[in-house]
Amino acid sequence: MGKPSDLVQGTLDLLILKTISLEPKHGWAIAKRIQQISNEVLQVQQGSLYPALHRLEQQGWITAHWAESETGRQAKFYSLTGDGKNQLEKETANWNRLSQAINIVVAEA
Amino acid sequence: MPSRHKLYMQIRMLFGRNRAGQRLQDELRFHLDQQMSENIASGMSPKDACKAAMRSFGDPGLVREQVKATWNWYNIDKLGRDLKYGVRTLLRSPGFAVVSVLVMALGIGATTSLFTMVRAVLLRPLPFRDPGRLVMLYEHFRQVKSGDGFNAVAPGDYRDWRSQTHGFEDMAAMRGYGGILSGVHSELPEVVQSAGGSANLFPLLGVTPVYGRVFTEAEDQPKGEPVVLLTWSLFQRRFAGDLSIIGKQIHLDTIPTTVVGVLPSWFTYPDARIEFWMPYAQSFTPQDYGMHDGHQSMVVARLKPGVSVEAATREVSTLQYQIHLANASKPVAEDVWSRPMIDDVVKDVKTPLLVLLCSVVCMLLIACLNVSNLLVARAAARRKEVAIRGALGGSRLALIREQMTESLLICVAGGGLGLLLSLASTRWLAAHWRNLPRVDTVHVDGWVFAFALGLVVATALLAGLVPAISSTGKESLSALRESSRSIGGSGSRARLRQVMLTAEISLTVTLLAAAGLLFHSFVRLRTADVGCRIDHVMTMKFGLPEIQYDTREKVLLFHQSLLERVRRLPGVSGAALVSTAPAAGPQGDRVFTILERPAPSYSIQYVAVTLTADPQYFIVMQIPLLRGRVFTEHERLHNDHYIVVSKQFVNQYLAGDDPIGKHVRIWWDTKVETYEVIGEVGDTLYDVTKPVSATIYFPILSGIPDRTSEATIMVHTSVNPLTISTPVRQQISTLEPELPVYNALTMDQILNKTTASQGFAANLVLAFAGISLLLAGVGLYGVLSYLVTQRSVEIGIRIALGAQRPEVLRVVLVDGLRPVLFGAAAGLAGAAVAGSLIRSMLYGASPYDPLVIAGMVGCLLLTAVVACVVPAWRASRMDPMQALRSE
Repeated sequence: MGKPSDLVQGTLDLLILKTISLEPKHGWAIAKRIQQISNEVLQVQQGSLYPALHRLEQQGWITAHWAESETGRQAKFYSLTGDGKNQLEKETANWNRLSQAINIVVAEA
Repeated sequence: MPSRHKLYMQIRMLFGRNRAGQRLQDELRFHLDQQMSENIASGMSPKDACKAAMRSFGDPGLVREQVKATWNWYNIDKLGRDLKYGVRTLLRSPGFAVVSVLVMALGIGATTSLFTMVRAVLLRPLPFRDPGRLVMLYEHFRQVKSGDGFNAVAPGDYRDWRSQTHGFEDMAAMRGYGGILSGVHSELPEVVQSAGGSANLFPLLGVTPVYGRVFTEAEDQPKGEPVVLLTWSLFQRRFAGDLSIIGKQIHLDTIPTTVVGVLPSWFTYPDARIEFWMPYAQSFTPQDYGMHDGHQSMVVARLKPGVSVEAATREVSTLQYQIHLANASKPVAEDVWSRPMIDDVVKDVKTPLLVLLCSVVCMLLIACLNVSNLLVARAAARRKEVAIRGALGGSRLALIREQMTESLLICVAGGGLGLLLSLASTRWLAAHWRNLPRVDTVHVDGWVFAFALGLVVATALLAGLVPAISSTGKESLSALRESSRSIGGSGSRARLRQVMLTAEISLTVTLLAAAGLLFHSFVRLRTADVGCRIDHVMTMKFGLPEIQYDTREKVLLFHQSLLERVRRLPGVSGAALVSTAPAAGPQGDRVFTILERPAPSYSIQYVAVTLTADPQYFIVMQIPLLRGRVFTEHERLHNDHYIVVSKQFVNQYLAGDDPIGKHVRIWWDTKVETYEVIGEVGDTLYDVTKPVSATIYFPILSGIPDRTSEATIMVHTSVNPLTISTPVRQQISTLEPELPVYNALTMDQILNKTTASQGFAANLVLAFAGISLLLAGVGLYGVLSYLVTQRSVEIGIRIALGAQRPEVLRVVLVDGLRPVLFGAAAGLAGAAVAGSLIRSMLYGASPYDPLVIAGMVGCLLLTAVVACVVPAWRASRMDPMQALRSE
């Protein structure tokens, strides 16, 4: 495993929201999913993941319920709320704007 | 607006924190287990899998804390933890906690109480319409140097002012009065205080009667229709709130009088003891209503909008000077002075209240400094702990916050207790402070709570911030470097404590000096020589109604029969009549001239207190006869032109010459009479708080109705004087069944009454000063003990190297007493300021009395030496081996 890339400040929220937008997932699965999709480039540290999940939950953007996981144990599953969907759209738009801008600068300069 | 989910989370986090904590634990555990089973699946041994999972996860405790920091209410959670920590620290030394809380409770409670009083009495506006524009007008005599220069007004002056000046919207007059109140069949007579008020007085103040109406201008004439306004208290007390009394008649001084209205319950101006109001003019005879030389009224005026009080007063003053010139031979004032009505109401209590407030604030400051000092000592004991926590990354703010929590806890507990204390003490103060104006408005309200809360915050900051900042500073890390043997490492901390001690001592000296001066003045008052017998004397006042007792013979007959009957009572060794008992307060005074020695200048008035007395008065009261003789049974009825004068009279107006045979001409209200001086007697005080004044005695046996019908019987007894009160009353009611008797007091009680408020203030300030002295002593002892413990190694080395024990004792003592001496010096400056503040409360005592101040400073030094000697002696007894081996 290579050195995990530092996540751009604030993008973790976007990644989490996007990851659970299709179906509810528990924390471990979220971290795993981000790692797989990004081809092991993005590694989410537990020390950042759980504070971020709880912060989003306190904000009312995601909601959690306990259910049986694939291994048969009780796990905490996170899913998007209505507010969360709005927030996801907003952050996605933001990210697109930002990354395009960075791409332009990197390509032109 | 927070969304539904957010709101739901907030509520859930508020009530389900513990459960949420448990759930978090489960969540993190699940993550670890997943990681572990993945590791096993990739071929690790279970042991390695566990280790690897733990490694990749990091510190679970830290993650848990980081997660919790994102939760709602995290700050309250943190505060709760700080509080828990603070409570635990305090409980570890319960003695310190209890003492500090009690000290703060006392300080905050007393300060809150005094604030409540000051707010109600001094700060709250008067309950009248637009009270800011109300002023009181007084006459001012340029020649008179005694008193405050504000003199009562003559009715003639008031009437001229009102009709001839234009700076005020209106002016109204009032005067204190007395009266015998009884039913229409003369039943249930009682002597009550009353007042005369002009018809426009109540409209001017903006007071409307709750029932009925105020006086009309037609009634406000010397011979107007007799009418009366009842105060609420009389209406409830005597008439049980029965409205049918309005329009009916009662008897005032046996004159049938119609009740026209009832005043509201809040109207207790100018004195709560006033029971009814009559028209101002009806309290005068037609001749007197126009006089310029009889001063007894108070004048309240309402400023016109846009006119300054100076301009309006100047106009009245100019008019008054013309009146003065027109009446040059009579005592008519030259000027008019004014002051705002609120100042007038509180003039006697403003200084005492402010002095008391200042002294409790001083005491509170001392309490704060003391708690602060003790906290610094405790912080010093925990320096290493704080330093280690700082080195490990504890933020300075967190450390300060934690230490502040401790002082905050002390102050909150003290404040809560203090608030309860102040509820009780405010009530006590209001009930025991005699003649406190506006006492009915004293009550605890939201402002008082806010004030107490503010005090708690201020004291917590004051007591906690200094120790917290000083013990968490950058140099706190040096605590780690220095060994327990290093010497003088805590120098700056010791200096801080010494500065605080110096402040504490200087405040204590200031407070002690003020208390000493007040108490000294009070003791002087109590031990003042009244000039007559005090023990075993009962006094009782009565006033014969002038309707029935309208001739000299009738009054004389009553007086003589009463004296004969009382003198025959068992247990009575002497009885006499006098118009007013000594020390019982002010009485009338008169202007006179001495025929054989005319006044050097026309404008200088000869004034003397006038009393009437019977022949035996001087013997019964043991007032010494200095020259000539006193009255005999022959000076009676129309043979009454003989007077006895006092020593002060002779000294003041005759330069000590023999007064016998001199002739004195006296202005009664309407006529002038000449009297021959037959004797000179010793001085008596009419008020122990006032200087001796020249006095003239007239024979009471003249029986002149309006001069002798009011009298006090003085009964000297061989038994307890209180037991004679009922038999004397019985004799009076045998002679005149409907005559009410009042002010039945022993001479001792009269003296107690007049000095009660001085004693009250003096005792309170003394108590505050005593507590402060105790606090200062405790603080000093604490600091020095701490210094000795800190320096035990140094002292041990000194002793081991051959230092003499007396020398060690001396060094430590000097160390401890240095802040005391500095503080005492600063305190003397404070005492000078305090002295000038309380000058008006010191009767005949100097505010810089060196003996009193020296005594008080000595008292403090003695306490300081005692507080210092114990630790110093302990230091000098130290076993050097043990001191060097310790730690």
